[in-house]
Amino acid sequence: MAAPAVKQDVLSARLDALSLPDGAAWAREARDGALSRLTAMGLPGKRDEYWKYTDPTTLNQPEVTRAALFKTDESMPFSDIDRLKIVFVDGVFDAEASDDLSMEGVEVERLSDALGRDIHWARDVYGVLEARGQTPVERPLAALNTAYATDGVAIRATGKATKPISLIYLHRSETSDAILHHVVKVEEGAEVTVLENGPAAARFSKVMEVEVADSGAFHHVRAQGRDHERRAATHMFARLGRESVYKSFSLTVNGVLTRNEQVVEFTGESGVAHVAGAALGDGDKNAFHQDDTVFVTHDAPDCESRQVFKKVLRNGAVGVFQGKILVKPDAQRTDGYQLSQSLLLDDDSIFQAKPELEIYADDVQCSHGSTTGAIDEEALFYLRSRGVPEGPATDLLVLAFLAEAIEEIEGDALRDDILTRLQGWLDRHSG
Amino acid sequence: MLEIKNLNVSLEEEDKAILKGVNLTVEAGKVHAIMGPNGSGKSTLSYVLSGRGGYVVTEGEALLNGENLLDMDPEERAAAGVFLAFQYPVEIPGVGNMTFLRTAVNAQRKARGEEEISATDFLKEIRARAKDLKIDADMLKRPVNVGFSGGEKKRNEILQMAMLEPKMCILDETDSGLDVDAMKLVAEGVNALRSPDRGFLVITHYQRLLNHIKPDVVHIMSDGRIIKTGGPDLALEVEENGYADIVAEVA
Ligand SMILES: Nc1ncnc2c1ncn2[C@@H]1O[C@H](COP(=O)(O)OP(=O)(O)O)[C@@H](O)[C@H]1O
Ligand SMILES: [Mg+2]
Repeated sequence: MAAPAVKQDVLSARLDALSLPDGAAWAREARDGALSRLTAMGLPGKRDEYWKYTDPTTLNQPEVTRAALFKTDESMPFSDIDRLKIVFVDGVFDAEASDDLSMEGVEVERLSDALGRDIHWARDVYGVLEARGQTPVERPLAALNTAYATDGVAIRATGKATKPISLIYLHRSETSDAILHHVVKVEEGAEVTVLENGPAAARFSKVMEVEVADSGAFHHVRAQGRDHERRAATHMFARLGRESVYKSFSLTVNGVLTRNEQVVEFTGESGVAHVAGAALGDGDKNAFHQDDTVFVTHDAPDCESRQVFKKVLRNGAVGVFQGKILVKPDAQRTDGYQLSQSLLLDDDSIFQAKPELEIYADDVQCSHGSTTGAIDEEALFYLRSRGVPEGPATDLLVLAFLAEAIEEIEGDALRDDILTRLQGWLDRHSG
Repeated sequence: MLEIKNLNVSLEEEDKAILKGVNLTVEAGKVHAIMGPNGSGKSTLSYVLSGRGGYVVTEGEALLNGENLLDMDPEERAAAGVFLAFQYPVEIPGVGNMTFLRTAVNAQRKARGEEEISATDFLKEIRARAKDLKIDADMLKRPVNVGFSGGEKKRNEILQMAMLEPKMCILDETDSGLDVDAMKLVAEGVNALRSPDRGFLVITHYQRLLNHIKPDVVHIMSDGRIIKTGGPDLALEVEENGYADIVAEVA
């Protein structure tokens, strides 16, 4: 079915500004496939069910809206962590700034190298997980990414990676439009941690496809860039084997528009997937709009999924959560949990939540909850009556509110790093 | 230490007078008790002194060692030495009891221009104080008051008081919901803090707490006023005859 005419116009305008990169035959096929999916769907429109709360206009436009560069003397996230650094500047791999890509237990390649080879494992991942993730909910921006991505990495973990792979996205041009695509394959029993940080570009499109084989483990922590005017639409697609583990945490502070989609599918029994996020937005000087859209499919028995999303909003900031747990008939003894909460620090801020459960198995345990609230005045007075001034007392309550999401971060050093970022935001935006 | 002069207080939300001219002076080293029927304004007085929102002072003043309390933020009053042991201690999920107390101790020290307490000194002190109050390590680690029994909450209030070493301690119905053993613990905790440079205002509905914390002066409050003041015997009189006689006698 073709998309409506008005959508087609938006799409052709966008595609005119892009060109399909070259690659091996299979890669070109993958890109062509993505392009036909995209043509059939059209770009997202405000009327689409999952774009009701987030306006996709600036993500669709052929021209990028200018985004000022954010300058800070503070250290970048994960600076104190021993890691393998891979740097992209406005969406282009920077070999000079990056570490040597060889590392024990993991093969890391530039995406263009992987997609240029006639035979490569990435063939089973690139655009494959994204294509699966298009039903039942269409994700046209991800298809566009698969078709036109210009750079990225291919990561294959064959053993236990000795340190995290850290993808650093620098933003240097006020009008950059970056399209990155990463593919990750975690082989049986292997483990890898991928970190991401930085604004990447004025407009950033990123897809990461993650295939985790039986008993493999994938950990992901990201701190999205602090540039106030940047826009980002990101997708994570994960397919999880038996007894595998997938954990992803995202911190979003600032950003005029952020849409983070997570599409997770259990295909083997006893898998574990936790997706979590903390968003802190101040709409004072620039707008802040942050959207988490999550879809977890249980298609195997005995799996556990957790979604924990917390948003702290002030000065007209907008937070969106759309989360779904789909339990297919054979996914007995599913343990599904979903929590989305917002803390509104004033009356101007808005939280929109759309929690969904769709269950076709009879022996499952699924719970979901969504709340919106203000700072607890009683608790605030209690803290102040003990001598803690209003600012720090509020901060304590904000951190307490975020705790359940922060606890999802694997590893003390990473958790502490994220806590430092949170504290930084609180220090800047207190009162 | 604490001087309350003609204090008149109304609710912010509705035009309703709660305190109607309270006069009271607590000297350093002394324990004053306030007794009175439910709804007479005892908790309101304690909240107004500690700076809770929702009230309007329409007349009068409250001074702590000559300083006007009513102009200060709650945290400033705390740093100046006011402490309220709440009738209903507040639960704060996600904030560890120990973190909370260390933050509070250091915030007060900072406000007074003193040095922060070191982590080890703090630990040593809190362990010793907690032990006296039979508060175990688990309670210190748990979120503030979350999942605490009524008695645990009250003991936790006294622990905070001991750690913060205030000048003016206000206890609002600290005995309510306590069994005899817990009340003894709490009373011992309070008595241990008695000193020549510290004043106490002990609010209670019943006399029994005053068997353990011996007051120097007892006030009876009714309908927003102190209607009678006397020695420890006044509490016994209330215990025997109830409030009705006293209220009638004054009216
Ligand atoms: N926030 C409030 N809203 C409405 N009424 C209040 C409020 N605070 C106190 N009151 C009223 O003020 C009076 C005194 O209450 P309170 O100070 O709690 O008395 P006590 O502690 O002596 O039992 C009561 O009639 C109570 O209903
Ligand atoms: Mg009361």
